[in-house]
Amino acid sequence: MSGPKFPPQPNDPSSSTPQSSDPAETSQAKERPAAKGITRRGFLKGAGVAAAGTALLEGAQVFTREAAAATRREHDGVKEFGPGAVPVALQVNGKEYTLQIEPRTTLADALRVHMGLTGTKVVCDRGPCSGCTVLMDDMPVNSCMTLAMDAIGHRVTTIEGLQSEGELHPVQAAFVKHDAMQCGFCTPGMVMTCSALLKKNSHPTEDDVRQATAGNLCRCGTYPRIFAATLEAAGVSGKESIRNA
Amino acid sequence: MATTKLPSSADALLGAAADAAKPPAGMETVTMPYGVPGYTLHDVQRQVPTTEPPVLPVNADLEYIGKSPKRWDAHAKVSGSGRYTADIQLPGMLYAKFVSSNVPHAKVVSIDTSAAEKVPGVKGVFVIENLLGGARLLNPSLEVSKYPIVRYAGQPIAAVAATQPHIAEEAALLVKVQYDAKPFVVDMEMARQSDAPPVFPGPANQGGSAGGGGGARNVPQTGNIHGPAVHKRGDVEQGFKDADFIVESKYTTQVQVHNALETHGVVADWKPDLLTVWASTQGTASVREELASFFKLPKSQVRVITEFMGGGFGAKFGPGNPGVVAAALSKQTGAPVRLMLDRKEEQLSVGNRPSSDQTLKIGAKKDGTLTAIQLISFGTAGCGTGAGCAGPATNLYQSASLHTEENDVFINAGPAAAFRAPGHPQGAFALEQTIDELAEKLNMQPLEFRDKIDTNPVRRVERQIVRESALWKSRNPVPNADRGPIKRGVGLSQSVWYRHIVMDSAAEVRVHRDGSVEVLSAVQDIGTGIKTVMAQILAEQFGVPPQQVSVKIGDTNYPVGPNSGGSVTTASLTPAVRDAAWQAAQKFLVSVAPALGTTPDDLVLTKGEVHSKSGHMQPISFRRAAAKMDTSEVSAQARRIPDYDPKHYDTYGGVDVAEIEVDTEMGIIHVKQFFAVHDCGRPMNPSQVINQINGGLIQGTSFALYENRLIDPTYGLMVNANLDLYKIAGARDIPKLHVQLVESYIAQSSTDASGIGEAAGIISAAAAIGNAFYNATGVRIRSTPMTPSVVLETLSKAPQRSNA
Ligand code: FES
Ligand code: FES
Repeated sequence: MSGPKFPPQPNDPSSSTPQSSDPAETSQAKERPAAKGITRRGFLKGAGVAAAGTALLEGAQVFTREAAAATRREHDGVKEFGPGAVPVALQVNGKEYTLQIEPRTTLADALRVHMGLTGTKVVCDRGPCSGCTVLMDDMPVNSCMTLAMDAIGHRVTTIEGLQSEGELHPVQAAFVKHDAMQCGFCTPGMVMTCSALLKKNSHPTEDDVRQATAGNLCRCGTYPRIFAATLEAAGVSGKESIRNA
Repeated sequence: MATTKLPSSADALLGAAADAAKPPAGMETVTMPYGVPGYTLHDVQRQVPTTEPPVLPVNADLEYIGKSPKRWDAHAKVSGSGRYTADIQLPGMLYAKFVSSNVPHAKVVSIDTSAAEKVPGVKGVFVIENLLGGARLLNPSLEVSKYPIVRYAGQPIAAVAATQPHIAEEAALLVKVQYDAKPFVVDMEMARQSDAPPVFPGPANQGGSAGGGGGARNVPQTGNIHGPAVHKRGDVEQGFKDADFIVESKYTTQVQVHNALETHGVVADWKPDLLTVWASTQGTASVREELASFFKLPKSQVRVITEFMGGGFGAKFGPGNPGVVAAALSKQTGAPVRLMLDRKEEQLSVGNRPSSDQTLKIGAKKDGTLTAIQLISFGTAGCGTGAGCAGPATNLYQSASLHTEENDVFINAGPAAAFRAPGHPQGAFALEQTIDELAEKLNMQPLEFRDKIDTNPVRRVERQIVRESALWKSRNPVPNADRGPIKRGVGLSQSVWYRHIVMDSAAEVRVHRDGSVEVLSAVQDIGTGIKTVMAQILAEQFGVPPQQVSVKIGDTNYPVGPNSGGSVTTASLTPAVRDAAWQAAQKFLVSVAPALGTTPDDLVLTKGEVHSKSGHMQPISFRRAAAKMDTSEVSAQARRIPDYDPKHYDTYGGVDVAEIEVDTEMGIIHVKQFFAVHDCGRPMNPSQVINQINGGLIQGTSFALYENRLIDPTYGLMVNANLDLYKIAGARDIPKLHVQLVESYIAQSSTDASGIGEAAGIISAAAAIGNAFYNATGVRIRSTPMTPSVVLETLSKAPQRSNA
């Protein structure tokens, strides 16, 4: 696979420069009497968004002149954006969106708050539930753990973009047929994860489906239906799947 | 509890009617199916109002009801178009964020909001002076404080509304709260000690919610111990004297947090003449009621909308602090305000299933007759009450005597809330293992013993189905039979839940001249599928496919609907829907009769066609007939009428069998499968019912093995207030689930439906796993969650058995 790796790896120097550029931020942190600790957003803000001379930057360069203009500093090959809003161009569900967002904005918030694409759900906002899964190119990512800027130059597909010409995607259709949902709050994330699995592996076993959805939490407990639906969407005989009226 | 007592006059009327040979005026005698098809089905007579629709036959004879058409809103859910409260965006909407306490017990001395108010983008700050939730001091003068006393870390103190979510988050951090810290206690054992720091300086009570929960009032309170609430039947002392065998043991269960995927929250839009609130709630009615009373508004000026809702499991009734605070901020700022909790707040402040520490003692005669059941329980509902767990011990089996004492122990933690079958998973975990233990002493098999002591006719059928199942037949009745380190076990547990009917259940059905039909009710669909069931009822009446029925619910502009808790929704609402559909159909016939050249009583609407009884005309389709309506619309509204025979009280339940493998070296329990046999009256949509039972078994397994709220005793903070460290069963942990539904007709209403949410496996999963563990290892596991350390400790404490 060519192109940038997402999400940025923890050992990627570009994602580990927690230099606060904002003195107000630091003093603010000191006087947090009711403080619940540092918020994740606050941390992201403190960290700023720095793009080193890595694949990330290449991704960043393709998109916008304006963003470059908004660059606050550039030194040692490190560009820093923000903390104010910068223009960001994203390609979502085949459409171009240009947003004016702070660089710390997560992809989930960019989709939900700034583009009104609320099909993607935010459940935990920190990684372990995958309720916010979207595809970046064909890879499922947790959009709450991905910065919107990291999606630049990639095809983002959300649950709203999975249908083609008004027809449900086979995974969606199979979820309907198997009633693989109750409250439905996990459903967009589950559907995205399962559709990504089928792109990679057109003949999964039930274990493959379990493995793929291991990070997707469903509190209503619809898993057996999800497994059966995904196997059916793949055209795999239900022999191995859970018998379930 | 969400039970609505029948008005005594109606009770008397129906009671008398059921006995009388000749029905009184306005009533008629009808013949209804009763019992389980294939086992106990027979006819019974009931006297019902003459306005009731014809008796529904059993599911096999129906076209739409009792079948499993696709979920009515499935398309919206798989395509992301369903708008949940979390998705509501209104022009000019502000985002609100709570300021929450970071200490577990304190008096708030001062709150300085000035720095937060200065942040650009902040439009309002609200300081809470009237906190909702938890128990309240009976004598408030024992605590004089301008602000609510902080009784748990994570208690909301104030909230900030700003134009962007992150501005609100940052400004919330700038609110300075000065605390006068008090000693605290977060461990139930420590809280029970006489020298423990008191969570309340005097007696305190908490009411239940529409979903149940809440604790006993008018009980003694000593230190942090609120109780006991004592219930007695017969003489247990004598009962134990009469017993040939007595089993007594202690069982403990942990605190479980609901963690619905959509957090608690609302979007509130306060306008001078109308407060509109989108709420993630299990009860639009309860949110409306409580907001109106909190803000002293006429109910007619409060509108609550819940079109899609991301799970509740008992914790989402009433507006709660988020609802009240968002409404107040909206009033203050003149803009709509969104206040959705984050996951940490969800874990800390809006409910949990109380823990339990139960000492259960049961006596039986040699022939298996139970002579005495005694349960002494302690449990913590944090700074609330509702830890009672005597339901199963009280209601599952016949015993000559019963004595239960339930105690709530206050600790400095968030208050509990009703959680799917409140008290029952805990109670069943102790009871069903004790029953198995007793069976072994009596030299009886688990099913045989239960046949003796459980008189419920439906569970008798369910046990028969279990007895004949391949899984049960594969069970080795000898415990600890496997020689290797991995030991297989099979065990069962029963469950019980109760028929609660909410009379505030109404619906309107409209028929339009274009042949379209719609049904309206304020009821909310919390994931159980009531929308689909309502569509099926109209489909059956009008012969229109369910997907073509318009279902409009989750809005208090429509007729009042029940709060969805305690398995009440389907049982309460569906008869009103069917009655409204039937009455609308009669009005429809009146409306079309002139154009069809006949009288309304010559016409019947059946299977989508209008027929003339006299043969006056060829049958015509419903749609063609509708075109002849003399007004553009006819409609009927109906409300729930009391059960046909309220003297006849039914419970629901099931028998669940677990197959597990215990890795005795690693201490890991693998739950391989469940075979679950359940009843819920007439299953209206079997696929949706099974879906709920799957969910109950999974939640129950997760409770049994993984979930645990952990609070650090040094700082009083929850250490796993997230979804990474609060472990919930996931895809790789899910056993194979085989659910068999038992249709059980009870002749109680025009749909004869019941509910399934509670008796859906959540009650029995942990107990069945416990009994399977004994079958596998020969050792009783008496504590949840059954983590590897608990398993290894349990095994190591057991008397050494020879494995050779
Ligand atoms: S919301 Fe993104 S992983 Fe949970
Ligand atoms: S359907 Fe409710 S969380 Fe999965």
